[in-house]
Amino acid sequence: MSGQKRATLSRGVRLGAEALGRPRSSAMRRQEARDGYLMILPWLVGFLGLVLGPMIASFLISFTNWQLVVAPQWIGLENYVTMLSKDSLIRASLADTAFYAFISTPLYACIGLGLALALQRRRRGLYFYRTIYFLPSITPVVASTLLWMLIFEPSFGWASYVLQFLHLPQQLWLSDPHEAKPVLIVMYLWGAGGSLPIFLAGLNAIPAELYEAAAVDGASGWRIFRGITLPLVSPVLFFILVTGFIAGFQVFTPAYVATGGTGNPEHSTLFFALYLYNNAFRYLNMGYASAMAWLLFVIVLGFTIVQFGVARRLVYYESSPDA
Amino acid sequence: MESVSTRGGDVARSASSGGRGRSAPVALLKHLLLILGGVIMVLPLAMSIFDSLKQPGAVLSVPPTLLPSHWEFGNYIQLFRTVPFFQWFLNSTIIAVLGTGGAILSSTLCGYAFARLRFPGRDALFLICIATMMLPGVVTLIPQFIVYRHLGLIDTFVPLILPSWLGIPFYIFLSRQTFRTVPKDYEDAAHVDGASNWYIWWRIMLPMSKSMVATIAIFSVIANWNDFLNPLIYLNSASKMTLALGLQTLDSFYGTQWDLIMAGAVLMTLPMIVIFFVAQRYFMSGGISFSGLGGR
Repeated sequence: MSGQKRATLSRGVRLGAEALGRPRSSAMRRQEARDGYLMILPWLVGFLGLVLGPMIASFLISFTNWQLVVAPQWIGLENYVTMLSKDSLIRASLADTAFYAFISTPLYACIGLGLALALQRRRRGLYFYRTIYFLPSITPVVASTLLWMLIFEPSFGWASYVLQFLHLPQQLWLSDPHEAKPVLIVMYLWGAGGSLPIFLAGLNAIPAELYEAAAVDGASGWRIFRGITLPLVSPVLFFILVTGFIAGFQVFTPAYVATGGTGNPEHSTLFFALYLYNNAFRYLNMGYASAMAWLLFVIVLGFTIVQFGVARRLVYYESSPDA
Repeated sequence: MESVSTRGGDVARSASSGGRGRSAPVALLKHLLLILGGVIMVLPLAMSIFDSLKQPGAVLSVPPTLLPSHWEFGNYIQLFRTVPFFQWFLNSTIIAVLGTGGAILSSTLCGYAFARLRFPGRDALFLICIATMMLPGVVTLIPQFIVYRHLGLIDTFVPLILPSWLGIPFYIFLSRQTFRTVPKDYEDAAHVDGASNWYIWWRIMLPMSKSMVATIAIFSVIANWNDFLNPLIYLNSASKMTLALGLQTLDSFYGTQWDLIMAGAVLMTLPMIVIFFVAQRYFMSGGISFSGLGGR
C-alpha cells in the first residue's frame, strides 16, 4: 500500500513540476533513474551472467585441466604452452581459418559493392534483380551447405559434369585437401547479395550534386569512382569488412555440416572454431578449449583494433549530425 | 554549354551506375553478366526443389538432370514418416517464437531506457552494450555450457531461448536509435497526464516504432531458425532437435538418399522465403547486414 501511495505522491510531484514548467524535481529524477536501471536490468543480468562472468570463468578455466567429470586441476600455463608450441593442429586450424577469412571476406564485400553499383539507379528490373540476388543469403546455412555439397559431389554432381563438358580433369572438390576450402568459400560467396541492401542504401545517400560537379569537371568514370563513390561508401565497406572478419574467424557451421565435424580431408577444413568445438564437446577438454577461445578472442580483438586504426586514415566520415 | 552539361550528366550517371549507358555493347555485356549472375543465384535453389521431387536414386544419375523424369512427392511424405521431421519443425517454431517475443520485449525496453531515461552511468553502459556486439561468441561458449549443465538445462530449450529474453545488443542499439527520433512532445504530454515510463514505453514508443519492431522480429526469427551451433551443443535427443540440427543428421541417416535430404532442405528454407516476400521492405532497409546473418 505504501508503495502505491509513494507512486501517487511522486506522480503528483511530477504533475506539479511539469505544470509549473520548472526543472524536474529530485524525486522525479530518482524515479526516472530507478525505472532506467530496472529497464536495462535484463540486459545487465545477461551481460554479467552470459558475457562478463563467462569470460572471466573461461579465463580461469584456461589454466586448468578439466574433463568435466572430475574436478578441475590447476596446471598454470600448460594449456597455452601446448597450444602455442606442441599442438600442430592449432597452427593448421589457424592457417585454415586465416585463408578462409582473408579470401572470403574481401570478396564478399567486393561482390556486394559491385552488385550494388550495377543495380544502383537501374529502374527497370531493380526489384527483380534485388530479390534474386538477395534470396541465397536467407537460405539457412545448413540447407545451403547441403545443396552445394550435392552440386560438388565428385561423381554425379553438376560441378563435375561441367568440368567433363569442358573436357577439364575431374576434381574431388570437398574430398581434396586443396579444394575443400575454396569450395566452402564459393558456398559463402553465393550469399554475397545479402550485403546488397546496405550497399544500395550507402550509394543512394551520396548527394547527386557531387556527381554533377565531377561531370562538369569532365572526370572519368574511374576517377569519379575513386574520388566520390569509394570515399563516400567507405563507412559501409568498412562495416561489412569488420563484421565479416569477426564472423569469418569464427566460421563453423559449413565445415561442420560438410565434413560431419571432422574437418577433413587432411584437416583442411578444421577451422579454429571447429577444432575448439571438438576439443570442448567431443574430447571434453574444457581447459584446453577455453585457452583456445581466449587465443581466438585476442586474435579477433587485435585484428579489429588494427582495422579501426587503418580506418581512421582511410574511411571517410562526414561530420555526423547525430545529436 | 547545353551539350557539355548533358554529356557530363551522362558520364555521372554511367559512373555511378558502373558504366551503364556509355555504349550499347558495354550495356549489353553488363546486362548479360547480371542475368548470368542471377541464374547462378537461383539455380541451386531450383535444383534443390527439383531434386527433392525426383524418384529414389534418380539424383545419382550421370549425367545429372535438372528436371525429374517422373515427378514424385513421396519424398516429402517419407521424410515425415521416417524421421520426426514435424517435431523438429515444431521445435524450431517454438524456439523462434519464444525467442523473438523475448528479444523484442527485453531489447526495446532496454533501448528505451538508453534513449530517453537519465540515470548515472547510462552512456558508459550503452557503450559496453555496443562493444559486446563485436565480441566473438566462442569465448563465452564453454562457461555458458558449464553453467547450463550445472543447472540441469541440457537437452532443454532454455539455453536457446533465455539469452533472447536478456536483451540482444544489436536490437538494443536499433531500438535506441529509433526511439531517439520519436518527438519528445508525446512523452511530455503523457507525463503531464501522469503516465509512468513503463506506460510510455508500451503505449507510445512501441506503437510509434512498428516498423523497427517488425525488423527486429524478422531478424530474430531468422537468427533463431538458422542457428546451428547452439542447438548442436545443448540438444541431444532426437525429439528435441531443431530443424537445422535434424537436417544435418539426415546426411548421415539417409546416406546417399539426396532426394530426401533435399526435401528437408527445401522445407527448412521455404518459411524463410515466405517471410522474405511478405516482409521485403524490412529486409531492404539494410539492417539485415548489421544483424550478422551473413551465413557463417
